[in-house]
Amino acid sequence: MVTLDDLKTPKTNTWCPGCGNFGILMAFKKALIELGLEREEAVLVSGIGCHGKMVNYVNINGFHGIHGRVLPLAAGIKLANPNLIVVGFAGDADQYNEGWGHFTHAVRRNIDMTLIVHDNMVLGLTTGQATSTSQPGFKSKSTPFGVIPPMLNPLAHALVSNGTFVARGFSGDMFHLKNLIVEAVKHRGFAFIDVFQPCVTFNYLNTYDWFRQRVYKLEEEDHDVTDRKKALEKALEWGDRIPIGIFYKKERPTYHDNLPHVKDEKLTKLPTKNVDITSTINEMM
Amino acid sequence: MITNKLSLLVGGEAGAGITRSGFLFAKTCLRGGLYVFGANDYQSLIRGGHNFYTVRADNEEVYSQADTIDLLLALNKETIHLHKDELVSGAGIIYDGDQINITKEELGRNDIKLYPVPMRKTVKELEGPQIMENTVALGAAIALLDCDPELLNSVLRDTFNPKTAELNIEAAKRGYNYIKEHYTDDFGYRLKKTGSAGKHRIFLTGNEAIGLGALNAGCKLYAAYPMTPATSILHFLAPLDREYKMVVIQVESEIAAVNMVAGASYAGVRTMTATSGGGFCLMTEGLGMIGMTETSPVIVLVQRPGPSTGLPTYTAQGDLRFAIHASQGEFPRVVIAPGNVEECFYTTLEAFNLAEKFQIPALIISDKYLAESNGTSEPFDQNRIGIDRGNLITEGAYAGEEEYKRHKFTENGVSPRAMPGTKGAIVRTNADEHNELGYTTEDPQLSTKMADKRFKKLDALTKELENYETVKFYGPEEAEATILAWGSTKGPIREALKILSKEDITVNYLQIVYLTPFPAGKIQRIIQSAKKTIVVENSKTSQLSSLIREHLLTTVDHKILKYDGRPFNPEALSRSIKEVL
Repeated sequence: MVTLDDLKTPKTNTWCPGCGNFGILMAFKKALIELGLEREEAVLVSGIGCHGKMVNYVNINGFHGIHGRVLPLAAGIKLANPNLIVVGFAGDADQYNEGWGHFTHAVRRNIDMTLIVHDNMVLGLTTGQATSTSQPGFKSKSTPFGVIPPMLNPLAHALVSNGTFVARGFSGDMFHLKNLIVEAVKHRGFAFIDVFQPCVTFNYLNTYDWFRQRVYKLEEEDHDVTDRKKALEKALEWGDRIPIGIFYKKERPTYHDNLPHVKDEKLTKLPTKNVDITSTINEMM
Repeated sequence: MITNKLSLLVGGEAGAGITRSGFLFAKTCLRGGLYVFGANDYQSLIRGGHNFYTVRADNEEVYSQADTIDLLLALNKETIHLHKDELVSGAGIIYDGDQINITKEELGRNDIKLYPVPMRKTVKELEGPQIMENTVALGAAIALLDCDPELLNSVLRDTFNPKTAELNIEAAKRGYNYIKEHYTDDFGYRLKKTGSAGKHRIFLTGNEAIGLGALNAGCKLYAAYPMTPATSILHFLAPLDREYKMVVIQVESEIAAVNMVAGASYAGVRTMTATSGGGFCLMTEGLGMIGMTETSPVIVLVQRPGPSTGLPTYTAQGDLRFAIHASQGEFPRVVIAPGNVEECFYTTLEAFNLAEKFQIPALIISDKYLAESNGTSEPFDQNRIGIDRGNLITEGAYAGEEEYKRHKFTENGVSPRAMPGTKGAIVRTNADEHNELGYTTEDPQLSTKMADKRFKKLDALTKELENYETVKFYGPEEAEATILAWGSTKGPIREALKILSKEDITVNYLQIVYLTPFPAGKIQRIIQSAKKTIVVENSKTSQLSSLIREHLLTTVDHKILKYDGRPFNPEALSRSIKEVL
């Protein structure tokens, strides 16, 4: 079982002091410890953006991929070896802009893995442009006159795409987020957590204070996580009060459940000799 | 009388079962012990238009379609008009006389034979579906060729469910009897069983051969998005996933496909994807990631004419440079171009081995003509190319003294590969430049060293390939000219060489199978003694000529180029060769 020390890496952290990513990093490490995993059992997959550096800061298996492609990359790993615990980390721009085309499909497919999106409502690493979760009117280098379209709502999308675990966390509440990650990893199926993560350098609007004044916990309000309609209602809630916690959780067969021939099989247990294809060749005579 | 030498064309509207009936006829010839080549020509539509399938059958090996037609099965009138100029003198046309009114005068061809057969009426009598009209035509063709009807029946039985098979056998029988009862035995072509009759040889497309190669190589995950003409690999593998205990998955895009196979490869399986030019455009960013992360999927690029959507159901060789250079930055890769179905099978096995041994992406480049044409082969040798997974830690645990380093510096650049999940090994890789452990780096010295490490693998790969058949030579040592070509042009070129040798014109042919790394030394040895060099290529700009120029500082003497979406025809190609001699 891992300890915080085991998870340390030699890399110097280059996130801005006070970055919301620190809360996610610590929550994830603590979740790994609580889950009692060995370092070799888990794979961290990340995309491009400030969040992508997660691979450098957690000493477990890792694949730092390209912008927007965390989901198919992680799915490939899980399909190849279902024994691995696969956790994907993406940024809001990474997942909701460049990688949006994969999101609905990953949710529908329900491969047993976790996606954690660092949602700071701005592009950080490219030095401050608007993203699809930026609020209308948000002024940035790329939107000096304010963002025009309404915000993308990832939770509502996950719910209408038949998501089986849909949650939102806040990196300013590390303990709560850790619990969400533990639940997400334990969930049989595709678990999705959108995490509010203040960008202290480029998002002047959605600050720690801004979030603290608004977020409230669903579990403190007697929310029924098996009620999809109610979950959707909560996902649409935005303004003075913004819910965090598990919106919806319900099991349905995973992608692997529908592949009985490889269900309990690591595809990596490969033949070292040529596979006999006689029966298929004979079909061609 | 010409026995066992036939070129047949079946044509009609899309949706009329043209490809299927051409294939059934071809398989009948195969089981009669003949060598067969089958090629389809279809448009990007579901109903209407004009589709055709050509079958060439011969006692001797055949490598491509013929330029001319001996027997035409016309399922609509348009087919007759479109192909009448390809008919040889003495050719026959089988058609439904109740539906199509045609005379030799109208065709301006007094030298052909018309064989009207009541197809629709026969199908109605049998209360079968209209699509079965082509089976009546097949039965008629078998009768005209005086071929054993049981050969066709056996193929029908193996193709359809028992009830449908019996109905089709009856339809074929009625077509057969109609010819025997209504026409004198005056058709000049015959098909007779040979000593090789029975189930001995296989008849398959290039795409199926690649699929078979992947199965034989132990490919365990195939991810793809449908795109003609690569789709039939997906169609081939999808129903076999249970039997071969693999995952075959249709994903949301080619971007998803390439990333999924990269992930699966990192996790430790042999994995493959396939697409055509447009889809390969979407894969290029992922391809660079594969180069950087030293993962090893096999990527099949089945070309069609471009740019953009181009001619989606036709053939071309315009993506060669694209395959060689695609992606951001520089990294080693292997690009292999099989020329026939046999090579599709064996080079796929080679691709899997090379990809894993050198931890690089392996690209197989083919085209619509090779991918969807059927060729005859002896059953493949399933053990000729074994499985070599390279420096892979397959034991349950990593027992090294130092911390496991996924991108460890080694003499030949290849780092020992552990799969994530291996006890004692943390397997980290990175699309960013990274150190040996896979952590991101921006250090100039380390970046240089890492790029050098990746390119050391190219040296090792190049050395390894010295023992591979990276080029193939055909024809006499001494010749008036040497043809240089790659990929699917192989069939028509070998046929053209046969035609030329009958006219005592000696031309030899160097097929370049491996395009990256470019086998410059082997090509140089042939070129330096060639009297004249001719590049034959299905492209506008002749990318092979430019590669030869780049690597050998030599300009080829002549280029024979075709870029109308259609493959070369052997007779026409032999004439083009003579023109430049």
